[in-house]
Amino acid sequence: MTSPPDLDLLNITKRFGSHRAVDDVTFSVAPGEFFSILGPSGCGKTTLMRMIAGFEDPTSGDIRIRDKSMIGVPANRRPVNMVFQSLALFPMMSVGENIAYGLTCRGVARAEAEKRANRMLERVGLKGFGDRRVTALSGGQRQRVAIARCLVLEPTLVLLDEPLGALDLKLREHMKIELKQLQATFNTTFAYITHDQSEALVMSDRIAVMNQGRFEQVGSPRELYHNPATPFVASFVGETNRWQGEIASTAGGTVALRLPSGATIMGEGAASQKSALAFVRPEAIALSQDQAALGTLPNRFEGRVAAVLFDGANSSLLVETPGFDEPVRAVLPQAGPLAGIAVGAPIHLGWASQATKVFAA
Amino acid sequence: MRSAQRLTLFLLMAPAVLWLGLLIVLPHVEILILSFSERVAPRVYAFGAGNYLEFFTEPLYWRTFARTAIMSILVTAITLVLAFPIALYIARVARGPTKAMLLLLCLLPFWVSELVRTLGWMMLLRETGVISYLLRMTGLADQPVEMLYNDGAVILGLVYGGLLFMIVPLANALESLEPAVVEAGFDLGGSRWTVLRRIVIPHAMPGIVAGSIIVFMLTVGNFATPVLLGGKNGLWFTEQIYAQFITRFNWPQGAAFGMLLLLLSSTIVWVGLRLTGQSLGTTLRQA
Repeated sequence: MTSPPDLDLLNITKRFGSHRAVDDVTFSVAPGEFFSILGPSGCGKTTLMRMIAGFEDPTSGDIRIRDKSMIGVPANRRPVNMVFQSLALFPMMSVGENIAYGLTCRGVARAEAEKRANRMLERVGLKGFGDRRVTALSGGQRQRVAIARCLVLEPTLVLLDEPLGALDLKLREHMKIELKQLQATFNTTFAYITHDQSEALVMSDRIAVMNQGRFEQVGSPRELYHNPATPFVASFVGETNRWQGEIASTAGGTVALRLPSGATIMGEGAASQKSALAFVRPEAIALSQDQAALGTLPNRFEGRVAAVLFDGANSSLLVETPGFDEPVRAVLPQAGPLAGIAVGAPIHLGWASQATKVFAA
Repeated sequence: MRSAQRLTLFLLMAPAVLWLGLLIVLPHVEILILSFSERVAPRVYAFGAGNYLEFFTEPLYWRTFARTAIMSILVTAITLVLAFPIALYIARVARGPTKAMLLLLCLLPFWVSELVRTLGWMMLLRETGVISYLLRMTGLADQPVEMLYNDGAVILGLVYGGLLFMIVPLANALESLEPAVVEAGFDLGGSRWTVLRRIVIPHAMPGIVAGSIIVFMLTVGNFATPVLLGGKNGLWFTEQIYAQFITRFNWPQGAAFGMLLLLLSSTIVWVGLRLTGQSLGTTLRQA
């Protein structure tokens, strides 16, 4: 990389009393990148974001933006703007005034600020909305105003704090794509925090998975999904089957894991300890009514359909399988011969050993 | 069912309607009629606007009237400036028990009557009072200092009496301001002053107007504080009304003054609402 990273966090720690909300976090975000921090609520991601914005001071560590330390720089002097969870539009101002606000704070003349605000409104597809009250806008339009209000200032970095949380599902799906497109057209660096793994996977160039104040793994959405580094990442990112057992044997990279029932599954991964966890994605499990079709897959089982979870293209089956405590979840392709399968039907399932990720428990 | 509901509504409304009708509307109508009756001979009255004419021809009356109006506006403005930071602290900084205690502290002086509170100020401010004594003790003054019976003392007492009625609606208005909106104001580059001027104050406007109306009304109509703290120099319009009714037994003149005072406060409230662009409805909700 020739240009310095837009954002650099070095060993950031934030303590509230004895509680470490953020614990020794280090990462950097490259210019133009869409970087997400994904984690369950209470994992410290909001605290982290508030430290970058300047609303909290880190207990230790350094925050650098384009190689300038931000420690001691107040929020209103950082080249960072934030889209709040509640959007926090100014209800006492019109849409145009909301967008021009930051410009007038910087001393841009009123007429010029208004002109730039109108141009920005046009770019986010809200031409002619300048005189409306913010309360008269729909959820998606308010979203765009909140982002436009930041982008008009041409910040180095835009922080987004779960801005899609309050929208209904349909609009959220739409806004995911729109946000990604906005980021691409403006070519601004985005740091996005969310607890919704699908938001993070769809939009991000890179994702950091955060848990209990620490980063578990940083990587591209594909890396996180296919090669999770920790059990937490494996279970938090995407749907998965999770089994606990004991390592029976290791040969090369392949591990045999014996479940409490005695059934054995073959997988890959670390096996430093006896007790271990195995994760298999539902879409990695092949289903068939005919055992021969599963061929030479190392993990082959037979079970009965316990439930059909119909959800269009995301449909899956819960298969009651002898040897497993809980039903195994497997994706049900809606285009195949199994599309019409009913509860109670016998079924064969199988998966490759590479699809089983084994971690020390 | 319908008629039963209507009866219930009627019964529930009855006390309020009776209260308004008998104690507010009726006396005002009576006073309005009274104010237009002129004494033409002993115990003989005729309809006419002479009482109002008297007000405009006698400089003492309209000067006192104007003085009351201007001083009341001043008192309201001072109260607003003093109450705003207190309300801001109560609404945005204080949490849990501290918040309740601060509000209680504001309320505490109102557990004693206005008269006693004003007498308390007299004990502090008079020539032989606490402050005068302290000034002499510390050598800042070589003779007793009289701090009563001037405009400053009157304003002080009135501001003190109005503070609570300004703080409560202000704190209510400020409390409903979402913290993220304030943070967004800073985040987008606003200084403290910009955030206060463009976000906090516009948001608190209904509370500011509500508090100002209440304090102004209470101040214009106050009697004990200007009389006790201002003495002969108090010259509050309510004193003129009192004098006409009680000292001079000139009820029609007193009634005319009462109507003028009502007109004054209504006009100023109306102007205030127009200037700030607030409606009476939103303002009353805030109070």
